Amino acid sequence: MEKERYWHSVTLERDTCKGCTNCLKPCPTQAIRVQNGKAKILKERCIDCGECIRVCPYHAKKAVTDQFDILKKYRYTVALVAPAFYGQFSKTEDRDLILTALTLLGFDDVYEVARGAQEISKKTRALLAEGHLTTPVISSACPAVSKLIAVRFPNLIENIIPLRSPMEVSAEAAKGEAVEKTGLAPEEIGIIFISPCPAKVTAVKDGVTVKHSYVDGVISFKDTYLRLAQKIGNIENIKKLSRSGSLGIRWATSGGEAEGSGAERKISVDGIHNVIKVLEDIEDDKLSDILYVEALACPGGCVGGPLTAENNFVARSRIERLCKAIEKEAEGDFPDAVDRMWDHPPQYRPVMKLSDDVRKAMQMAIALEEIEERLPGLDCGSCGSPCCRALAEDIVRGYAKESDCIFVMRERLKELLGRVAETKSSAEQEEDKGES
Amino acid sequence: MDNEMVFHYMVDGDDFTLAGETSSKVKKRLKQLGLPPEVIRKVAIAMYEAEINMVIHANGGTIDVAVSPERIHIVFADTGPGIPDVEKAMQEGYSTASNEVRELGFGAGMGLPNIKNCSDEMKIDTVVGKGTTIELTIYVT
Repeated sequence: MEKERYWHSVTLERDTCKGCTNCLKPCPTQAIRVQNGKAKILKERCIDCGECIRVCPYHAKKAVTDQFDILKKYRYTVALVAPAFYGQFSKTEDRDLILTALTLLGFDDVYEVARGAQEISKKTRALLAEGHLTTPVISSACPAVSKLIAVRFPNLIENIIPLRSPMEVSAEAAKGEAVEKTGLAPEEIGIIFISPCPAKVTAVKDGVTVKHSYVDGVISFKDTYLRLAQKIGNIENIKKLSRSGSLGIRWATSGGEAEGSGAERKISVDGIHNVIKVLEDIEDDKLSDILYVEALACPGGCVGGPLTAENNFVARSRIERLCKAIEKEAEGDFPDAVDRMWDHPPQYRPVMKLSDDVRKAMQMAIALEEIEERLPGLDCGSCGSPCCRALAEDIVRGYAKESDCIFVMRERLKELLGRVAETKSSAEQEEDKGES
Repeated sequence: MDNEMVFHYMVDGDDFTLAGETSSKVKKRLKQLGLPPEVIRKVAIAMYEAEINMVIHANGGTIDVAVSPERIHIVFADTGPGIPDVEKAMQEGYSTASNEVRELGFGAGMGLPNIKNCSDEMKIDTVVGKGTTIELTIYVT
């Protein structure tokens, strides 16, 4: 896939959007505004966490993913299966049934991301043992969190563990395996990730921490779910395709990755707003007794992704059952040649700053404070900005005006009506005088 | 001054779950100015430590922050018990915090040393029985 600056999976369907303000506040980077009755996503701020997809009552927020026709582009395709996928089906315990069903949807083979996850856990333990990392070490697996850090917490970029995601290492391993099996050229083989979230779709497109992704396409859980559910009931020959162990599969739910880090002093945080609180604390040096921080944008971890079909509580229960029933370790070796380390840290995106010129920014900031003082502080969102302070910011940036605030407007109207009434009554008095 | 932003905050002495709020607000504002991340981190840590100090030792106080493109100047003032031995208080690990406070994970004796580490200039004015004023400057460049 081609790299593109600020390409996003999360998009708005303008025609479906009613211009309500439900999506404004939950957005962790204040990336949404409602203007002229329609929401608008500020591209440079969006981190593709999908919070807006969750809350939109009109389903106007969508995730752009690949569709099944992408399989036709390749001579051989491998479904790269996220561990959370197993939680979508009641027949979780029979992983081979689910994986076999995937091959009936047109994939030639499957590869479990749980295998890569186990390897990343192994490498995490090794790096923590070396003791050269900036602590607390923050996990790099969730691309929405990595981008949140790049936008809002640039101080903490150096705390992110310099590892690729399980998806990336698994994709490289899957590609290598498929080349060996088929003798085809790498570009004839399509590695298609089955994803619980839009952040992964964007991560594949823009790389985040890798120069080149081995993932060739991303299809959502949702789009796969129905097709698979239709197949799963009548499969006669279940193939033995599963090779991963519970250590990798536990990454599907919050806590699994932290467990795999082997760190005693660890925390697992899930839900983007909880993650923000913890990142604030790390920034203030409050978490000095913690070594490893698993931070996942979705509630419950990847099983709570915006593109999943099953609710995250049920999915978690299923994952736990599956993990109890299988071996801990994956079968077979994971290729050593696959690079576990990232190419570069996520890049600081200073989109919150008011101007590139500090002096200009300072003047704007002073004006911003003054405007904020005049706003009612109700944070109602009716103006189309997420809170009063954000409106003040939009005003100094030149995107909004004070009269966009309905309370300011009401006061102005009252004043105007008062003046009209005054003029009217004095005019009437004049008239009375004239008549007498 | 023309190109300077000033903020005044009151720190409530009763509730240290609120300590850190001021630091958060200031951080947000400094990020909007686009100041270098390292500078913001220093300010955040110094402010948080000073806030905690005010809450656990002095029943609150005030914080005045002045931000210019060149430097951040912060004054923490309280009317608490004062620091009898400043030199000792500056030593890492030295603390006069009560056991209750320590049980909550504070009072490790790193407050003042941390503040000093984060600032380029630091001045402590303290009178036993009257209060303490800490003035610090962090340069942007």
